[in-house]
Amino acid sequence: MGLRQVAALEQDVAAWMGARGMLELRGLTRRFGATVAVDHVDLDVPAGQMVGIIGRSGAGKSTLLRMINRLETPSSGQILSGGRDVTALEGRGLREWRRDCAMVFQQFNLVQRLDVLTNVLIGRLAWQRGWRSLMVLVGARFTAEERAMALAALDRFGLAETALQRAETLSGGQQQRVALCRALLQQPRLVLADEPIASLDPRNAQLVMDALRDVNRRDGLTVLVNLHHLDTARQYCDRIVAMQAGKVVFDGTPAALTPERVRAVYGITEQEFAAEAEARRRAAEPAPATLAVA
Amino acid sequence: MEGSLAFWMYRLDSWAWLLFETANMAALATLAGAGAALLLAFPAARNLGAGRVLNPLARRLLEAMRTVPEIVFALIFVWAFGVGPLAGILAIAVHTAGACGKLFAESIENTGLGAWAGVRSAGGSWTQACRFAILPQVAPSLLSYALLRFEINLRSASVIGFVGAGGIGEELYKVIAFNYYEEISAILLLVILAVFAIDLLSERLRHRVIGGMQ
Repeated sequence: MGLRQVAALEQDVAAWMGARGMLELRGLTRRFGATVAVDHVDLDVPAGQMVGIIGRSGAGKSTLLRMINRLETPSSGQILSGGRDVTALEGRGLREWRRDCAMVFQQFNLVQRLDVLTNVLIGRLAWQRGWRSLMVLVGARFTAEERAMALAALDRFGLAETALQRAETLSGGQQQRVALCRALLQQPRLVLADEPIASLDPRNAQLVMDALRDVNRRDGLTVLVNLHHLDTARQYCDRIVAMQAGKVVFDGTPAALTPERVRAVYGITEQEFAAEAEARRRAAEPAPATLAVA
Repeated sequence: MEGSLAFWMYRLDSWAWLLFETANMAALATLAGAGAALLLAFPAARNLGAGRVLNPLARRLLEAMRTVPEIVFALIFVWAFGVGPLAGILAIAVHTAGACGKLFAESIENTGLGAWAGVRSAGGSWTQACRFAILPQVAPSLLSYALLRFEINLRSASVIGFVGAGGIGEELYKVIAFNYYEEISAILLLVILAVFAIDLLSERLRHRVIGGMQ
């Protein structure tokens, strides 16, 4: 490949990413009745960044991420990606946008009665076209390449041997990594993780955060992750956005988020913040799985 | 000899054949009805957001199908397709679709929507989300409802023959009309035995399907 071609390719990539970045939020607002969950949020996220969004419960972090994926419809404001208005998308265009910004949830949102492999292959649904989509719909017949892709993704996070088990037989930490595999099979540009570790014990939380960072570093995917723990955000993220009552109250590097700053922003000390996050984690921890006999 | 089992069941061969025909009617009607119910239950469920037009449309259609008694449908279909099992099968299938559709839709409404959000957030279409997020979760209870309906339909198929829609019903109607009490009791006993058989069979089938998904 000649120099000129490389230059042309770089230009294409720059055009694809858009002159102004991977993701831009302009005055994004969501109201639920009288309450404003997200209040005029402006945010620019360049490609490849790992952004931690922190805040106490009810700060609007989840609503923000769900709006970006369009699971929630914004009341006003715009979401732009590469200069394209995402807020206006519907139908096929919307499904392709959702495919491009994969979502990881606090409760994993796997199909409990399906096997792990099929759960991961759900990430391929938006790629199916024409008669292939009919084959998938009727018989869940994904191609051999797709199945190999799914197995490779599972293998990457040490889950290959669970491929044929039902999702409900896995622990929370395993399920969250399966959910991340599903996200990767979408071949997204962006990963939105909504409290991915809030229902996990510390060891599994670390495994999942390591996996997210690996996806960010090795695959070059932009990651937005909602977190309760300031320590986790500082440890893993390039940039921290703090939210309070739907507004962005801090946006900067982890180093800039000093304990004094936390106190100024939230009115509580970092220890109190951590205790609150821990209490929420315990409350959110799922009860031990029971075997339902129908 | 009068009073013996052979005397009581003296027409067992033709009754068995008629009962077999009735069971076939019930099976076909259950299959067709449950299939239609499955397709209609997803738009009819209130929690999947099928739209302001499709959702009420599906619900009203299911209501119409289960409100009209089978026997009325059977009379209409006998008039349309002539005397024979086809009319009976169609009549039972329509009623089954209406009755099962409501139960299926309620099963769907009782399912958690976590998996649904997972599939939708991955770019899956509405249909794909129904197939992958909802169907695997509700399949066991849907199967239970359909098998229960199979038993009910065997009974319906026995009665529906009264209006000329095929099966053992015609024979039953005849012996009732002639006050042949031994024959009435013999036929009823055979129908009850057939329901037992279906119950045992469906139990095994259900456990196999539920176990097979693991």
